Amino acid sequence: MFELNGKTALVTGASGGIGAEVARALHAAGATVGLSGTRVEPLEALAADLAERAHVLPCNLSDPEAVEALPKQAVEAMGSLDILVNNAGITRDNLFMRMSDEEWAQVLDVNLTAAMRLCRGALRGMMKARWGRIVNITSVVGATGNPGQGNYAAAKAGMVGMSKSLAYEVASRGITVNCVAPGFIETAMTDKLNDDQKGKILSQIPAGRMGSPAEIASAVLYLASAEAGYVTGATLHVNGGMAMI
Amino acid sequence: MSDVADRVKKIVVEHLSVEEDKVTENASFIDDLGADSLDTVELVMAFEEEFGIEIPDDAAETIQTFGDAVKFIKEAQ
Repeated sequence: MFELNGKTALVTGASGGIGAEVARALHAAGATVGLSGTRVEPLEALAADLAERAHVLPCNLSDPEAVEALPKQAVEAMGSLDILVNNAGITRDNLFMRMSDEEWAQVLDVNLTAAMRLCRGALRGMMKARWGRIVNITSVVGATGNPGQGNYAAAKAGMVGMSKSLAYEVASRGITVNCVAPGFIETAMTDKLNDDQKGKILSQIPAGRMGSPAEIASAVLYLASAEAGYVTGATLHVNGGMAMI
Repeated sequence: MSDVADRVKKIVVEHLSVEEDKVTENASFIDDLGADSLDTVELVMAFEEEFGIEIPDDAAETIQTFGDAVKFIKEAQ
């Protein structure tokens, strides 16, 4: 089950903790992977580690032209684009009253608008192939909100609405569009939290621990697989029970 | 019938699974041939590929009938 032999997948933010693990999981299932991100070094290291069926496709997601070009580059490198995982995300946390227009715009641009552009660019090939999988990585805070993350939560909630709308449009063409919503996962993003913050968070997680990137990757692998062909417009929450929604 | 019209007709027949004789000059893709809006996007994609042309979105919106498509493609070539 969950084999992806012969499939091609583009993963954004593959230089980060979750993205790298998603790329590894899809690759282990047999997919050829396009590794995208802004930092080339970790992408090269991951590609070297995967050895075969891995292509490095650097892209700055705040540059609209680079984003437009990325799906085409992925097709050039891999021959097709069957699976798109919009995983890249940034945070610019601030209290709402202090949040600058720039902090708001940066987060919306990279986390939401770039994902929209990549979906749009990837759809043409998927429509022709009558098969496609789009998995957007959102966040538990898109559903629950989080103080200090008005911009991030807005972008992530926006992603869910976007995914559902797109799922409607392309369902009849064999293309599914779903979201995976991680809770608190051990990554560089959550390493920035201090012990006090971590303690408070853990007290709200029934599982009593943070999740691992591999646990997000498994959810993505499922939604990317042929077996999940009847699942679309869904958000799969992977959060240790922190928010049962 | 011109070569362009033949090729366009073939795409329409295949894509929308309609009888060839239904695809007349004034046949509207949506009103007469049962296309939905996404079908029309796909038809335009197929025309672009078949004829090696680019059909911008604002032009695509004006292609409502089989005749519109043939006319546009002839002019674009």
